[in-house]
Parts: sequence; C-alpha cells; structure tokens
Amino acid sequence: MAASTSSGWGSRVGLILAMAGNAVGLGNFLRFPVQAIENGGGAFIIPYLVCFLLMGIPLLFVEWSIGRFGGRHGHHSTPFIMDAMDKRQIWKYIGVFGIFTNLAVAAYYCYLESWTLSYVWHSIADTFNGQSQGEVGSFFGNYVSLNSYEPIVFWIVCLLINTYILSRGLSGGVEKAAKIGMPLLLIFGAFLAYKAITLKAGVHGAVYDGFAGLDFLWTPKFDSIKEPKVWLAAAGQIFFTLSIGMGSIQCYASYVRSKDDIALNAMSAGWMNGFVEIVLGSAILIPIAVGYLGVDGLKELMSSGGGLGLGFKTLPYLFEQWGGILGTMAGVAWFGLLFFAGVTSSLAMGTPVMGFLKDEFGWKESNAAWMFGFTVFILGLPTVLFFNNGVFDEYDYWAGTVSLVLFALVEMILFAFIFGMKRGWREINEGADIKVPVFFKYVIQYVTPLFLLWVFVSSVPGIYDTIRHKASHEKIAFLNDVTAIRKVAGEEYVKLYQLPDFKEEYLFSMTKDEDIVKNKEMSAPTYLKVRKLRELYALEADKKLREKHIKEEEKTILYKNISRILLLSLWLGIAFLVYKASKNRSNKHQLV
Amino acid sequence: MSTSGLITMLVTEISVTVITCYFFFKVLFAKPKEEISTYEEDDMIDN
Repeated sequence: MAASTSSGWGSRVGLILAMAGNAVGLGNFLRFPVQAIENGGGAFIIPYLVCFLLMGIPLLFVEWSIGRFGGRHGHHSTPFIMDAMDKRQIWKYIGVFGIFTNLAVAAYYCYLESWTLSYVWHSIADTFNGQSQGEVGSFFGNYVSLNSYEPIVFWIVCLLINTYILSRGLSGGVEKAAKIGMPLLLIFGAFLAYKAITLKAGVHGAVYDGFAGLDFLWTPKFDSIKEPKVWLAAAGQIFFTLSIGMGSIQCYASYVRSKDDIALNAMSAGWMNGFVEIVLGSAILIPIAVGYLGVDGLKELMSSGGGLGLGFKTLPYLFEQWGGILGTMAGVAWFGLLFFAGVTSSLAMGTPVMGFLKDEFGWKESNAAWMFGFTVFILGLPTVLFFNNGVFDEYDYWAGTVSLVLFALVEMILFAFIFGMKRGWREINEGADIKVPVFFKYVIQYVTPLFLLWVFVSSVPGIYDTIRHKASHEKIAFLNDVTAIRKVAGEEYVKLYQLPDFKEEYLFSMTKDEDIVKNKEMSAPTYLKVRKLRELYALEADKKLREKHIKEEEKTILYKNISRILLLSLWLGIAFLVYKASKNRSNKHQLV
Repeated sequence: MSTSGLITMLVTEISVTVITCYFFFKVLFAKPKEEISTYEEDDMIDN
C-alpha cells in the first residue's frame, strides 16, 4: 500500500476549526443574507434548518465517515477511498470528481480571494476616500477588466500564500492557518456586526438605524414556505455553505485516527458554520446597506449585482462615510474577514489533490503543494484574463454547482445502498462521542438521497439552458430589436423619475459619462439606474454600438465553450492519472 | 423593528449560538482517546 502517513492533525480543536474554516466562505456573508431576503425573510430559516437537518447533517456524517474509512485504508482522496468502499472500477472514476472539483473551484476561488486581499490593501491605503459611489463601483469594474497589473499581482500573491501554507503540511500549515484565521474572522465579524446594529440614523450620513436592515431581513413572510422555489433555495444554500460534495471533507477526515470520533466533530464543525452564517452573516451586509440606501435602494443593488456587488462595489463607499480611522478599520475588518473565510476554504481544496499525489505517486508534501499551486495558476489564468467574458461564471457553474450536487448524490447512493447502511451506520458510530439518533439512519438511507435527487432534477432545466447559452442568445436577440430596447428604456425612465435625487440633466447627452461617475450627490440606486438608462439610450441610437455588444456576446459564447473543453480535459486528465495509479497499484500487488 | 421579526431573529440566533457552543465545548472537554489504532498500525497489519 502506497499510503502516506506523514501528515496528521495536531489537535482536535485544530481539526474542527480547519473543517469549519473549509465550510465558512464568502457565501456565508455575501450569499446567505441575499438568499434570506429573496426567499421569505425570517421565514427562510425554517426551510433552511429543515434542509440542514435532513440533508446537511446526514451528508456531513456520510462524508466524515467515508473519509475516515478511506484513511484507515491509506487513502486520502476520493478516487481510491471510493474504490476501497466497492471494488467495481466505476467508483474510482466517479471519485475523480473529488479532485476535479477542488482544482476547478480553486482556480476561480483564489482569484476571488485575491480581490479581498487587494481591498484590504486599498482600505489601508485609503484609496476610496472622497470617492463617489460611481467611482467606487467603477474601481471594481476597472479592477476585473485588468486595467492595471495589480489584480494579477494580488492573485499571484494569494496563490503563493495558499501554496506556502499547504507545503507546511496539515498540522504545521492548514491547522495553524485555521487557528489564526477563524478567531480573527470571528473578531472582525463581531466588530462589524456591532457597528452595523448600532448604526444610528443621522450619524455618519446613515438614513436609517441598523435595526431597519435587521427588520427587513428577519420579518417572516410565512406564505413563502409554501413555494417550492424557497425550499430549493434553502437546499442550495445548505449544500454550498457546508462544502459538501467536493471531496475536501473526506480528505480532512481521512487524516483522523481510525478509532477517533467523527459524529461530534461533524456536528461541531457544521453548527460552527451555521453560527457564522446565521448570526454574523445576517448582521453585517444588510443592516449597513439598508442603513444608508434604504430597502428600495438595497433591492435595486441586489438586482444589479447580488451580494458580490454589494460587498465590493457598495460597502467600501459606505465605510468611507464612517470617516477616518473607523472607516479604514471597517474596510480592513470586512475584507480581512472575507479573506480569512476564503483562504481557509481554498486550503481545503488543496489537500485532496496533494493527498492523491502523495498516496499514488509518492510525492513529497511540499512538491505536491507546489504542483497544486502551479495547476491552479494555469487553470485560473482564463478566469483572470477573461473574467468579463464569463469564464469565471462558467467554472463556478460547472465545477462549483453542478458537479457538487451530482457527486453528493452518487456518493449517497454508494454509502447507503452499495457500501450498505449497516456498515455505514457502524462507521458513523465508531468511536462516537455523542449518540447519533437512529432517526438519521433512515434519513441517510431514504430522505437525503431523495432530497438530493430533487435538487438535481430541479436544476436540469437550468443545466439545459446553460448548455445552449440561452441567456446570451436572449441578449443578442434584444440587441437586434430596437423596439424592445426603446420599450425597456421607457419602463426604466418611469422608475427613475420616481427617485427623489434624480435630475433630468443626468440623462442629457451633454452630461458626460465621467461626470455621472464622479457625481457625489447621486445615491447608489439612482446612479445605477441612470447608468443603465444612458446605456439603453446609447444602444437605441447607435447601430455600431449594438453591433459591438453583439460581437462581445458572441465572444462570450466562444470563451464559455473553450472553458467547458478545458474543464472536460481536466476531468479526463485526472481520470487518466487515476487509471495510471490504479495500474501501479496492481503491478505492486503482483510483485508482492 | 417588528415584533415577529425580533422574535424570529432572537429565537433563531440564541438557539444556533447555544447549539454551536454546546457541541464545541463538548469537543473541548471530551476525554482524549487512547491510540488504539492508527493508520501506521493498520498498514502494518495489512502488510
């Protein structure tokens, strides 16, 4: 057995923090509050907790026990962990997803992580001081359009940080990073939540109290619970927040000693993620945004950029209203928090890849870490260079969404029906420090697979639309139809006219785009609407501009298709390595 | 803040905080297990 046993966890608390850090990501602060608002406010917590109970916790139990089982047999990555669970050839190739997803997600996630690092720097350097909302928003647009070398420098720095920590091993690198990063994340989160909740109308330019945002987020709309889309949103949120279906939990758990507890560890890490998401995640973004922009302003911003747009385009501007050191501290805390949330997750993506290289090809820890860093650099380049052409989103959709659901569904089937629930239940309870209720045995066997099947089947129409680039084709059709552009412009004009800080002159052609961006009198929602309407007017009047946009959209389709080929090649490449490793193993057995 | 919003927020956040602390302290104060079996031992047995 080519098992590598040099790595291991230094302490149980370190393992829990690393596992919680794996789950806690940018989505806890940027995605959860937006999902809650869009799906029933406080009532969203009911489907959220039900999904956590029926899908999240069972999957955590399953992935932790699969991982520990694999570790006992000397495997630390899903292809050969699954191979140890059932000897049919197919499982090791299904296990390829557990490496593929980590590499592909790390490829774009590290870029996202590097934005947070860059914004920490800009908060310290006071870059946003005195800028209008338009300028702060444009800063982000220019950043991702690569108008300078800075994004690439920060991205490479971020990759080097990840690779260096990974090269120090589990206890010396990942665990230490989690022990530093998680407490800092909680301290930054608590500071920002306190500032957000105690926001007072009239102080530092706030229009409403911080409680107005909490009210908007938490007031339950119980009718929403009857809607299937709300349940689907809750299931999706639970899925992505816990980092299940990736292969990273199995890898971390494979370094747990064979008789150590996994049931309590899984519950502790899972609930810690829930705490960060529900308690801290709900208390920062929305109260601050509503405090300055009001509920309507927040809705407008959410529709134009979601949590990511709010976090990077709006919050730096709002922090500047706090002025001086407080504004700088808030910026550092917010982007520092997002950075620690990101880095503890991306480190978890490196370990399965390293585990595979160490177990199957006898690589040293540091060499495996640098290979991971190099591969992520190569795979991530298209997401950095062609961000505006949808490559980033394409990676996120196929690797960070579809693959997770598919892999989790198949792994549940393997665990409950092929490995067998009797053995599986024994695995979960082996060395357990808590008594796992028998209820979960039946949930794992029947409810969770059905839940996952429902999530997957519900996403099939979306997958079909994405494959045929429905959104891009609709955009091209819109650009070809001047009447449709005129109609939308008319509707937008009516909405814009109702905003109190709107002035007719903002739409005149003699007012330049630069003046609009620099205008400090305009609120964020008005700025966004004015910019949108000016674009629509320009499109309506200028045929060449329409043709330029159409060409851009056709380019986007092309780049997305190339991304798909790249991701498919990655999957096939890993499958080939698994095949080679499998051959090596059988040769060694024959020699023995 | 509306009463229903306040109640929902407080009940949810207090419950989640208590459960999180309960499991985390259970981990902190759990007795360390003797090393009955490790990978190395398992590997030795396998070999």
